[in-house]
Amino acid sequence: MKHRYLPMTPQDEKAMLDTIGIKSIDELFADIPEKVRFKGEYNIKPAKSESSLTKELSQLAAKNADSNTYASFLGAGVYDHYKPIIVDHVISRSEFYTAYTPYQPEISQGELQAIFEFQTMISELTGMEIANSSMYDGGTSLAEAGMLAAGHTRRKKILVSRSVHPESRDVVRSYALGQSIAVEEIPLKDGHTDLDALKEMIDDNTAAVMIQYPNFFGQVENLKEIEPIVHEAGALFTVSSNPLALGALTPPGKLGADITVGDAQPFGIPEAFGGPHCGYFAVTKALMRKVPGRLVGETTDEDGRRGFVLTLQAREQHIRRDKATSNICSNQALNALAASVAMTALGKEGTKEMAIQNITKTYYMKQQLKVAGFEIAFEGAHFNEIVVKTGAPVKQLNASLLQKGMIGGYDLGLSYEEFDGHMLIAVTEQRTKEEIDAFVQEMGATHA
Amino acid sequence: MHKDNQPLIFEMTKEGRVGYSLPELDVPEIDLADLLPEGLVRVEAADLPEVSELDIMRHYTALSKRNHGVDSGFYPLGSCTMKYNPKINESVARYSGFANIHPLQDESTVQGAMELMYDLQEHLKEITGMDEVTLQPAAGAHGEWTGLMMIRAFHEANGDTNRTKVIVPDSAHGTNPASATVAGFETVTVKSNEHGLVDLEDLKRVVGEDTAALMLTNPNTLGLFEEQILEMAAIIHEVGGKLYYDGANLNAVMSKARPGDMGFDVVHLNLHKTFTGPHGGGGPGSGPVGVNKDLLPYLPKPILVKKDDVFAFDYDRPQSIGRVKPFYGNFGINVRAYTYIRSMGPDGLKAVTEYAVLNANYMMRRLQEHFDLPYDRHCKHEFVLSGRRQKKLGVRTLDMAKRLLDFGYHPPTIYFPLNVEEGMMIEPTETESKETLDAFIDAMIQIAREVEENPEIVQDAPHTTVIKRLDETKAARKPVLRYHRAE
Repeated sequence: MKHRYLPMTPQDEKAMLDTIGIKSIDELFADIPEKVRFKGEYNIKPAKSESSLTKELSQLAAKNADSNTYASFLGAGVYDHYKPIIVDHVISRSEFYTAYTPYQPEISQGELQAIFEFQTMISELTGMEIANSSMYDGGTSLAEAGMLAAGHTRRKKILVSRSVHPESRDVVRSYALGQSIAVEEIPLKDGHTDLDALKEMIDDNTAAVMIQYPNFFGQVENLKEIEPIVHEAGALFTVSSNPLALGALTPPGKLGADITVGDAQPFGIPEAFGGPHCGYFAVTKALMRKVPGRLVGETTDEDGRRGFVLTLQAREQHIRRDKATSNICSNQALNALAASVAMTALGKEGTKEMAIQNITKTYYMKQQLKVAGFEIAFEGAHFNEIVVKTGAPVKQLNASLLQKGMIGGYDLGLSYEEFDGHMLIAVTEQRTKEEIDAFVQEMGATHA
Repeated sequence: MHKDNQPLIFEMTKEGRVGYSLPELDVPEIDLADLLPEGLVRVEAADLPEVSELDIMRHYTALSKRNHGVDSGFYPLGSCTMKYNPKINESVARYSGFANIHPLQDESTVQGAMELMYDLQEHLKEITGMDEVTLQPAAGAHGEWTGLMMIRAFHEANGDTNRTKVIVPDSAHGTNPASATVAGFETVTVKSNEHGLVDLEDLKRVVGEDTAALMLTNPNTLGLFEEQILEMAAIIHEVGGKLYYDGANLNAVMSKARPGDMGFDVVHLNLHKTFTGPHGGGGPGSGPVGVNKDLLPYLPKPILVKKDDVFAFDYDRPQSIGRVKPFYGNFGINVRAYTYIRSMGPDGLKAVTEYAVLNANYMMRRLQEHFDLPYDRHCKHEFVLSGRRQKKLGVRTLDMAKRLLDFGYHPPTIYFPLNVEEGMMIEPTETESKETLDAFIDAMIQIAREVEENPEIVQDAPHTTVIKRLDETKAARKPVLRYHRAE
């Protein structure tokens, strides 16, 4: 058959069959037992030409309400942020996206250096000494942190705050099940981790305490107060952090975190219906040899020139096989590149400015909602999200907002029974005063 | 490739330069110190680069020139299926209705995305012969672990708590035993026989009441089809174990043999391999998992259901192993894979496998007189040569791999599988032309001749790359994993 991806011609096919010494391609499959041999063709949709397929799929895409068309106030772990246009131009260079893992450093210096730079940027933002080359996403990264902690401390219990993203907690539980590690949830107090409860629950079998900073409700947990409780019990202080927030907040590394993880999606990575995003994983130097996934290190070549290689590979699955503590192989390299480009574009000033814009615009939203008569659930310091009591079903509110060209917030009742009728609202730098005002007005109208 | 070292972006920084354009701040400013608790306002800014937009573009363009991808040249990296990455996939994944939608939007606002996911699942079910598919796992290894957790849940639900062992062949990918460990199993290795296939006698010896599963790649990592697959399935199923299919090599058997028909209970696929992901420099991938009826209740939640032409996520799955990833998997990669499958159609996918296998056999036959071929029979999509003969002359497979760089090729996978001495695992894929294969073969033959006549040129390779061989021992002994600005 003729297809633009398949260069085989009948003449080539004949010449190759002759070289092999067979009459037909079928002979190459003669070793598949008759009983399992698939006959004919798959019962799937027929091939479409390039233009008819793009037409069909663009129509399918148009069925979705996207955040270019609608003003989005939905966050809960995935955000509509400013994506410097240059990001897509860089990651569209096919020397990057059509390569695989840089196993051959001499012809992969571009990728290796870019990842080395990524590791540096994540270290800088988190205040941690070491960062790896990426993980699947924030949720699995947090789960891997739990596995690392359990292995390192030889303890079998993880305490995770209920203010950690519900889906990340689910993933932590799934990973823990495989390792027979108990996961207990620290209750909430005023939208923060209940420190009294933490003190009660923590013991000498606790491997890790997991705190999200800022937490799922957008509240800034006071890591300074939590750190001594964790370390006194000999557990690893594990912080899940939106890296953008760290443009404005004191980084976990400066507040005693042993492991900081999170998702770099806010840096130039599209929402993409939840993935692919880009987990990051950063640790203190003491845990360097326990890090899951790939690490890029600097070295020199035979002539003394600087170069980069994958290093400390003795930790990894392809060397340690069943002794490995993580099975991760492919990670999110291209998205780590995207995040690097975004972090580079934003740079030292822009990262801070963007973080502060998020706090400032969210503060404005909070004040306007109050003026409109809404009750804000938690009065503590926030990053780019707040929780508001809606007084009407959130689903209904979101339906009205959609009519007005807005994607409303997250229905907190879906994952917290006690917060039925509460909406988690995200306000990024992308939202204008006009949009925020329109949002508040529509909320008030539906509310009334 | 350019020989000049490219400075680190941090070394190009100059105070006061910016590369961004943030939206205007159109609301009143506030003082962070009034809002945040004491000590939580960042004092020292993260030391990120300060460069202009052109600086950024030149930097990454320079880095890209120091990188080899499929679009740069032939990339016969065995077991990785480095085929052409179609450009239509990249365009479609960037449609705003796919790229800019939020996973927690009301389901009524993302029916198009859910329809695509559903239809991709339907296509993958037909391709694998399995009863249901989840798109949640992020990559192949993640899929392996997901599958094993389901097998574990299945056994536990049957009160079968003593099934602690997972059997893997000695030729298996490293992720197989690692995934078994992470899922809480102990790994038992089954030997290969003199034909490069699983030794059935050894398999019979290692199976038992404690067997949870056998993980198998078929064709295996030598590129050989496990002909006795039905016998193996019977051995495992007889003792109550499950059969797990590592789909890394699916490119070899599309439309020829389906895992479901071979007796496999769980299957993972690597959409970034067979279905043109792309590879992204090491990800993101996508590792959907297919199961047969027995394992349906244990699928990660939510599962995607269709009722009266409306798509919905079903979270009411009491026996589910839970979530393995936030949200619904690497959707953006799944869009690309779907676009590929729809571009190929049934006859296209059949041709993909046939040409991938034809290409591999052609290369193997042309190279076999110049290198040792440990298993002389028709291969599938890849084959493994041994550099034993060259090693006797003082040249290692690593040297020959480095020499290939001088010819502009990415070398094969080397020193894998572990059961071949000085192994070179070559996978051409179906998207390469005969001219490309011939040129690569000629280079390999030239290198084999050099080993005999002028071994130094191979031992000292590469000669033309931007950098020579790197000191990996130094990198590991004194790890430098980030840049520090000189004080």
